[in-house]
Amino acid sequence: MSDISRRKLITTGLAAAAGVSALGVAARMAQKYGLVPPDHGGIYGLGETLTYASQRLLTRHSLAREFRRNQISKIPLANEMAPPNEAFKRLQSGGFADWRLSVDGLVDRPASFSLNQLKSYPIRSQITQLACEEGWSYIAEWIGAPLSHVLEVVGTQPKARYVVYFSIEPDWWESIDMADALHPQTFLAYGMNGNELPVGNGGPLRLRLPRQLGYKSVKFITHLTVTDSLKGFGKGLGSASPEAGYAWYAGI
Amino acid sequence: MGDSVCVPSPASGVSATTVTSRHSALVRITHWIITLCFVALFVSGAELVISHPRFYWGETGNVLTTPLFKLPIPSSRALVPTGYGYVLPDQNGWSRYLHFQTAWVLVLTGVLYVIFSFFSGHLWKDLLPGKADLSWRAFSTAVSGHLRFKPPSKAEAWSYNLLQRLTYLFVIFVLFPLMIWTGLAMSPAFVSAVPATVTLLGGQQSARTIHFLDTVLLLLFLLVHVVMICIAGFRTRMRAMITGQADTNLERT
Repeated sequence: MSDISRRKLITTGLAAAAGVSALGVAARMAQKYGLVPPDHGGIYGLGETLTYASQRLLTRHSLAREFRRNQISKIPLANEMAPPNEAFKRLQSGGFADWRLSVDGLVDRPASFSLNQLKSYPIRSQITQLACEEGWSYIAEWIGAPLSHVLEVVGTQPKARYVVYFSIEPDWWESIDMADALHPQTFLAYGMNGNELPVGNGGPLRLRLPRQLGYKSVKFITHLTVTDSLKGFGKGLGSASPEAGYAWYAGI
Repeated sequence: MGDSVCVPSPASGVSATTVTSRHSALVRITHWIITLCFVALFVSGAELVISHPRFYWGETGNVLTTPLFKLPIPSSRALVPTGYGYVLPDQNGWSRYLHFQTAWVLVLTGVLYVIFSFFSGHLWKDLLPGKADLSWRAFSTAVSGHLRFKPPSKAEAWSYNLLQRLTYLFVIFVLFPLMIWTGLAMSPAFVSAVPATVTLLGGQQSARTIHFLDTVLLLLFLLVHVVMICIAGFRTRMRAMITGQADTNLERT
């Protein structure tokens, strides 16, 4: 072996070792700063992690675009949906008077809220776009209580990293990190365009998350859990979406 | 042989040992990575379009609004009125994962290519037209030569002709950047940080429509590119882009 090729071999080896350890350090840093999505395993994990990490760094506090009142879509499209289950129909027949939102997990004061209680909190509204992963979209005025306010009422513990939210429909649940949970435009929405939130758009209560695609804005919310790990929920991938083949983070 | 080319080597007797590469290694590697990326992005992108084969202009658009145009294909969603009596299976999950992961690979490879082109001289030597070519006469001669299927000159075995240069520049510096831009403009999170990405295009649905039309242009480029390679000599050109070797007559044994 000539000197040149030996030198080349050593340099290449050192460069490779440096590269691998740099990747290792980057991975540990990313994990520490919450830049790794729960569905990072598998062949698409690298792309998901790059997207989530870069958007988390870039968009932690940025606000979703808001529109003028005259830009509101004439009809807020109610997407196709499976017929509601018995529990929902029972509550609907009572005018949703008995609808409850229970909050538990890493909170100091677990609680259960009625719609009227939620409506007694500061009312916020936003004219934002709902964009579906399929490609269509509409703009509506969403009215509700900021999720951050409800989290303040129950007293989120410092260990909290995610909020998991569940629909009354079985197997329909999602989760978001605290950057999204505490974001001022993340609502527990009960109204739309000056009226009650229609059932077709997720009424009586929908989690509204304008910085991510529509499927993260789960309809018919009844339960929130604050947690420091998503491992214990479903298959541990963060939400029902990755279990159905869709990405957990939908800020794209 | 119609597609044979000559190595401009003065000493013909020893030319077999002085093979110069037509394409540098970095150009060849990035070319094939980007080719694979394009295939993956096109297939997954087509799958995504099937879930809503309607295109709009402006901020919003859905089945209740008038489309700019729609594709005469069935859809993977029952919500979309297509005129077909059936609904295709939903393939959006893996299509989305694949689309966005591949986009990362393509963008990073593209950035590497552009930086390399800038510093290695590839951009100045091979892509930007020479001074002599920057005239309407040179341009019209090149166009008419192409239209009359004039065989390529010998110099073209070593470098790109004027129309090639202009097309490649357009693809590299207009179509691909526009694709990335319109892609980012559809991201609700990205535009929350950089709203101009979408407002400059006239809205999220405009961005989606431009993204689609850009795909059509890139696909057209791919077809013409492949046809031109077949005309210029498929084996020679493929070998040049795989091994870097330019000459068909030089077989190293």
